Amino acid sequence: MNAPTVPTSQRAAVVTLRAFLGRYGLILALLVLPVVYGIQDLSTEGDLTRLGANLVDGLSNGAIWALIALGYTLVYGIIELINFAHGEVFMIGSFAAAAFWGTIGLTLTSSTAGIVFGLLVTLIVAMLASALLNDMIERVAYRPLRNAPKLAALITAVGFSFILQNVGILWRGGGQQGVDDLIGQNHEVFELAGVVITRGDLLAVGVTVPLVIIVTTFIARSRLGKAMRATAQDPEAARLMGINVDSTISLTFLLGGLLAGAAGLVYALYQTNLWYFQGFRAGLIAFTAAVMGGIGNLRGAVLGGLIIGCIEQISDNRIGGQWTPVIVFGYLILVMTFRPQGLLGEQTREAG
Amino acid sequence: MSGALQLGRSKSGQRAIIATVALVAILFPLAFDPLATQVNTAIYVVAYVMMALGLNIVVGFAGLLDIGYVAFYALGAYSIGWLASDHFTGVGGETGIHVLVSDLIASSPGIHLNFFLVLVAAMIIAAVMGALIGLPTLRLRGDYIAIVTLAFGEIIGRIALNGDEIPLGDYKLTAGQQAIAPVDQPFLPGVNYEFDSAFNLRPYYWLGLALLCFALFVNFRLRDSRLGRAWIALREDEVAAASMGVPLVRTKLLAYAAGAALGGVAGAFLGSYTTAISSNQFEFSFSIFVLAMVILGGLGSIWGVVAGATLLATIDRYIIPEVLDDLPSKFGLDFRLTQLSFGIFGFLLVLIMVLRPEGLFPERRRKIELTEGAGAADDSLYEARS
Repeated sequence: MNAPTVPTSQRAAVVTLRAFLGRYGLILALLVLPVVYGIQDLSTEGDLTRLGANLVDGLSNGAIWALIALGYTLVYGIIELINFAHGEVFMIGSFAAAAFWGTIGLTLTSSTAGIVFGLLVTLIVAMLASALLNDMIERVAYRPLRNAPKLAALITAVGFSFILQNVGILWRGGGQQGVDDLIGQNHEVFELAGVVITRGDLLAVGVTVPLVIIVTTFIARSRLGKAMRATAQDPEAARLMGINVDSTISLTFLLGGLLAGAAGLVYALYQTNLWYFQGFRAGLIAFTAAVMGGIGNLRGAVLGGLIIGCIEQISDNRIGGQWTPVIVFGYLILVMTFRPQGLLGEQTREAG
Repeated sequence: MSGALQLGRSKSGQRAIIATVALVAILFPLAFDPLATQVNTAIYVVAYVMMALGLNIVVGFAGLLDIGYVAFYALGAYSIGWLASDHFTGVGGETGIHVLVSDLIASSPGIHLNFFLVLVAAMIIAAVMGALIGLPTLRLRGDYIAIVTLAFGEIIGRIALNGDEIPLGDYKLTAGQQAIAPVDQPFLPGVNYEFDSAFNLRPYYWLGLALLCFALFVNFRLRDSRLGRAWIALREDEVAAASMGVPLVRTKLLAYAAGAALGGVAGAFLGSYTTAISSNQFEFSFSIFVLAMVILGGLGSIWGVVAGATLLATIDRYIIPEVLDDLPSKFGLDFRLTQLSFGIFGFLLVLIMVLRPEGLFPERRRKIELTEGAGAADDSLYEARS
């Protein structure tokens, strides 16, 4: 090796390394927690049951975050606004669900058929409540600001988030409150390689998967979905093609709200614990998920939600729940710094 | 009313208004009892105005939407908690470390620096952290900047909350929800005068007012400086600013640092006034509270921000808890208005944005376009570089 080639090959190595980190660095960073604790489990307990249990819980939690993240990503895709109030829409969905099943008289003693049927009705009610609320927010707070600087709408979004939190306080008080564990969420259904799958896990996945399939198919196939995609790409051109942009945006908020309401019910049944602040927390987590997957990208939002769910569970279980927000936000900053386009690439006008 | 407006337009008229306001501000506490609620409120108002002026540099001048400003309040408060209390008992042996403190404190263990030295330290700590927080946002566009600053604000709040688990040598980083207390009171070594918030609030108020004058001075000088013009250029059009030779990285980081430093000063002042630093004060809603002051007044408009901050701080500290708190119960409703204070602020934010997005006293020079130009500019620059 003679002198001049060394720096060149070194520089080439640095460039390759940088390209590699740019492409896979985030994935590597995401794998740190499971790999480290996987190795630790293998060396201390000899199997991966504990990590498996973390991941199963993580996926069920992540399914809820995925539903909320879809709402963020849909709205961001179409009007490039971080709908800060979306987490609170989810929270109100939860509260509405609990209030509704209380009204129709579902309790722990109700018959199984009654609970199943009642919860189906509750699901629809919660979805509608959140959807209408989300649409109302759009009409009151975002539509008048369509032509104002983007900052203005972001600030009204934060304002609405606070208003809805206070609605939550007036509705159910300031503290955490348990609700009836209607489905017995911790009840074991079956065991898979030593990992217990509970009813709650099945519920989360059973509600999320069909909804995600329905929404993605709707957006990909239907006429209205086409209008949504056209508006997201170029609102002016869409208007010229005869698409009613305002009602398309409304539809987007309705869709996001429907998903948030469903997430609200699943959350209430899964966590059996409600409080006014759950929406704010969930909103930040779900937004992180949406950014991680690539904002505007539907599959990215689902993937991001599942990943964040797993990170959270591992952190809750191993590091301590009080540090989980630090870990999640740490990842958010990592994503923003090193891969702002997210894992699957963002799909927005600005990204082109 | 129209007479007042006429007066406000002319230069000498403006001076007269400012002089009157200043005089009223200085004489204000003499109208009340030395320990009156009104003086207590005024001290908070002064501190909040200072924070709003700091945030105004970041959001108003440079157009970088920062919604994690509470981090600098926390850093300022913890600076005084660390450097002027018994928290690090045992540092410097039995006697502790004392620099320019009153005789009363000179015998207590721990680190005790003079209040004004701590102010400098708080400025430096906050400014360094501000620049650090700014680093990852450099290539991001408007709303992404907001999210990163929010994440940092939350992380610092969490670290404050769980700081009693973080070892720092033989000590803990913070005391978590239990406060670091008591924190030393300000002390003037030359005239041997020590402030005391238990006996007389007036000197505290005047001290705060002096710090506020400093903050105002910094704001005005920065706005009219080369750096201030660079910030405004950056806000208006990043690509144009860069091609005219404005160094983007340095200009942005300086904005974060300058804004953070003022937040740190206000935090240290409030920390010393409340004499207890607990993690409960540092929540996300506080960042929004300060942002609301800046927006209500008018982004970038210094006097507007002072007015907006005074108004919101008075509502938050006095009108809601003292005057209107039992209003709902008068209508037979079972809650107190203080529970809803942030809902009220949320409502105000929505109302201002929908009705008067430029704020109460918008800056004369131009209407503010924050993100449109900057966002597009960021992307193309990023592409050009890579």
